[in-house]
Amino acid sequence: MTSYDVAIIGGGIVGSSAALHLALRGSRVLLLERGRIGSQASGVNYGGVRRQGRHVAELPIAVRSRKIWERLPELLGTDCEFAVSGHLKLAVTEAQMAELQVYARDTIEFGLDLELIGKQEIRRRYPYLGENVVGGSFCPGDGHANPRLVAPAFARAAAKAGAEAVEAAEVVQLAADGKSFDLRLADGRSFRAARLINAAGAWGSKIAETFGESIPEDVMAPNMAVTEPLPYFIVPNIGVCGGGIYLRQIPRGNVIFGAGEGRADRDTIRARPLPEVTAEAARLALALVPRLSSAHIIRTWSGIEGRMPDGIPVIGPSTSTPGLYHAFGFCGHGFQLGPAVGAILADLALDGETTTPIDPFSVARFVKAENSLNTAVRFQAESGGRRGLHGSRGAAEHLPRSTPGSVKAAYLDSFLRHLHITYRG
Amino acid sequence: MLKIVIVGAGPAGVRAAERLVRAGHRPVVIDENVAAGGQIYRRPPAELHRDPKDLYGFEAERACKLHRTFDELAGSIDYRPSTSVWSAEGRRLDVIDRDGASHLLWDRLILATGAMDRVIPIPGWDMPGVFTLGGAQVSMKYQACAIGARPVFLGTGPLLYLIAYQYMKAGVDVAAVLDTAPLSGKVRAAPTMMAGGTALLKGLYYVARLVAAGVTIRSGITPVAIDASSGQRVGVVRYTTGEGKITTIACDAVGMGFGLRSETQLADLLDVQFDFDPSLRQWLPAVDAWGRSSVEGIYLAGDGMQLAGAQAAELSGARAAEAVLHDIGQYDARRIVRSLNRRIDRWLRFRDAMASRAFPFPHQLAQQCDDSLMICRCEGIAAGAMREAVRGQGQAEINRVKAFTRVGMGRCQGRVCQTAAAEITASAAGLDISMVSRLRGQAPIKPLPMAVFREEAAQ
Repeated sequence: MTSYDVAIIGGGIVGSSAALHLALRGSRVLLLERGRIGSQASGVNYGGVRRQGRHVAELPIAVRSRKIWERLPELLGTDCEFAVSGHLKLAVTEAQMAELQVYARDTIEFGLDLELIGKQEIRRRYPYLGENVVGGSFCPGDGHANPRLVAPAFARAAAKAGAEAVEAAEVVQLAADGKSFDLRLADGRSFRAARLINAAGAWGSKIAETFGESIPEDVMAPNMAVTEPLPYFIVPNIGVCGGGIYLRQIPRGNVIFGAGEGRADRDTIRARPLPEVTAEAARLALALVPRLSSAHIIRTWSGIEGRMPDGIPVIGPSTSTPGLYHAFGFCGHGFQLGPAVGAILADLALDGETTTPIDPFSVARFVKAENSLNTAVRFQAESGGRRGLHGSRGAAEHLPRSTPGSVKAAYLDSFLRHLHITYRG
Repeated sequence: MLKIVIVGAGPAGVRAAERLVRAGHRPVVIDENVAAGGQIYRRPPAELHRDPKDLYGFEAERACKLHRTFDELAGSIDYRPSTSVWSAEGRRLDVIDRDGASHLLWDRLILATGAMDRVIPIPGWDMPGVFTLGGAQVSMKYQACAIGARPVFLGTGPLLYLIAYQYMKAGVDVAAVLDTAPLSGKVRAAPTMMAGGTALLKGLYYVARLVAAGVTIRSGITPVAIDASSGQRVGVVRYTTGEGKITTIACDAVGMGFGLRSETQLADLLDVQFDFDPSLRQWLPAVDAWGRSSVEGIYLAGDGMQLAGAQAAELSGARAAEAVLHDIGQYDARRIVRSLNRRIDRWLRFRDAMASRAFPFPHQLAQQCDDSLMICRCEGIAAGAMREAVRGQGQAEINRVKAFTRVGMGRCQGRVCQTAAAEITASAAGLDISMVSRLRGQAPIKPLPMAVFREEAAQ
């Protein structure tokens, strides 16, 4: 049996970056990917590389990650088509504009250099935007990249630095004896490692469960579409308040946009965009950039991402098993974070600590949340309505400060659904 | 009433509809074209009417019969011309037509989606003036236009001679017919090709007429390049003869094709199983002896299933309808299907003789092409980039090569380039072509105008 310092389950952008950072520090690293490197959430996402609009707790990681994105050519030998185009977040109501102002003020310490732009200036700078836009916030250092290239480039660089990256390697058995971890693959191969990193994305909670940690992770499938190439006219990566639609154009001309969710099936490992969601996304894209009405959609796609009830990922040491570190459930916004999360995992696995603040992402929050969940479910049953939810705490505390009420309700809804399942189970 | 939907109104779709109507059903018939007939029996608009004998040659009677059958069905079917299915899953089809986007549900579905040209890129193939053979035929039949005043028809397959003949009949000065398949193979295949009845004789007749008219016909050639004249238009075709001599021929257009490729995107979106057919070197939907797919309720017919030509398509269309009627318990269709299958099998033998002997697919052209040759026109991807993805990054699966290089990611979604892309991937990886998998289908099946959704919203 081959022994390693660190084994990583999951060859997405997080696992691949962890492999590279560990290998660069001289560790013997094993990266195991059940399918192909970067073929799920890491490879099929929208490709936004943005700090703007993130939960404040994520910003220290996003800022660290941004520095790695800048160094991709040096680290990986390719820029993965990372382009610093700026990220423009748009408001269509005055209330949303006010939210953008609050966000800019609250995040000033992170150096995003946000520029608030009023209605007239927006129209002057971005004349192609729809009439309903009242303003926006521009983050000049954000941008976008080609998601299909990033995780594989990290994995290749890791392999070059000495890591062993294995595709088609499904882990079917896991055991910890307090000193090391034993892993067995579906094809019978087995490995031993002193540390284990769980970067299994939508399947992260399943890995955690084998170590006695019950974590409520749902799945989601971003509904993505791309048009044929058009003359290049949309430079920034564009989002809207409330997250309804996101849209970018690459210099070769294709416009990539996403809105809503397709269908994800974690067990069959299949995700599909849905036609009615694509239609609605097209409507939103047309409202945002009316000029797209002459364009054709040439492809739609989706993939499987993990989603946590409170909308932010799990990052940090296991609560049950020393030497085990989790990083999964990125809720559809892990692409930009991935490179730094890999670096943080390398810190944790080798030093036991990291300089980047990660407390808000601790698994422990779900242990606590689960207790309060039971309370919430019981309370709801007693009061016979949703009022009980408002009395519960836990999920809502982790929401971004500016989250509108409806989104909060949706988070709570999905949280509650989880609780029911956990409760009944 | 049971909702039976047929996609495609070519020979297979029309015959399926006919049988279902005869049995008392009212099927929905969805077709992309403005008029029924499919590619082979495509009808020109009324103002460009020509004598069917000129349009369809030997097949005129067959074409007229099919058109007549369909016209007589008019009141008995729910016919939706100019309608495209852009997405499909489960029992739902998403369509767009002149009125916008909508969807329909089905209880039984017959896919008769036909085929298109199989293309192998050669240097110069992306120049103005180069058409597929099918494109050259559509231009002639539907628009009454020739692709050029002095075209060369290049490639292999029976269509090569048929189209050259049709152009000649229309008064076009055909410069040459250049066939990559050697004559010897055709001679060897002749006895088996008798299975196709008069089909072989018709082919010989076309060749004889072309020869009599002084058209240059060369077999066993290897295309080298299509070169430009002044400007950026086609001027010369360069090729190597069977004896290894480099020859050029002047022309102003090229019609090019190497047999057919089934249009299977819809079947793929519906999750039917596919099998690799080694003699046709392509993946085809798996069907049983009744034309049933692996998904309950979905049946296949015509060239979208087996590439055995128009007459076989009529038979397999009828068979799919009989299978539906049998499966819903309307009557026992076993005898009818057995008899249809005897006739279909003859066409399959004819097809196999053509594919393996008379007109073998020259896959080595793709496998050995130069690194600089543009394979994916939509995205501008050359063969070298694909080989680099295979060799440099260890990717030997066509969808991974697509993800890394963008081959097949453009407007045509790989309909044109996937054959060559798979051959190049296989040879670069040192694998058999059956080992590199097939491009996964993704909606929309063809480019989807965003404006349909705006209009829908406005309604």
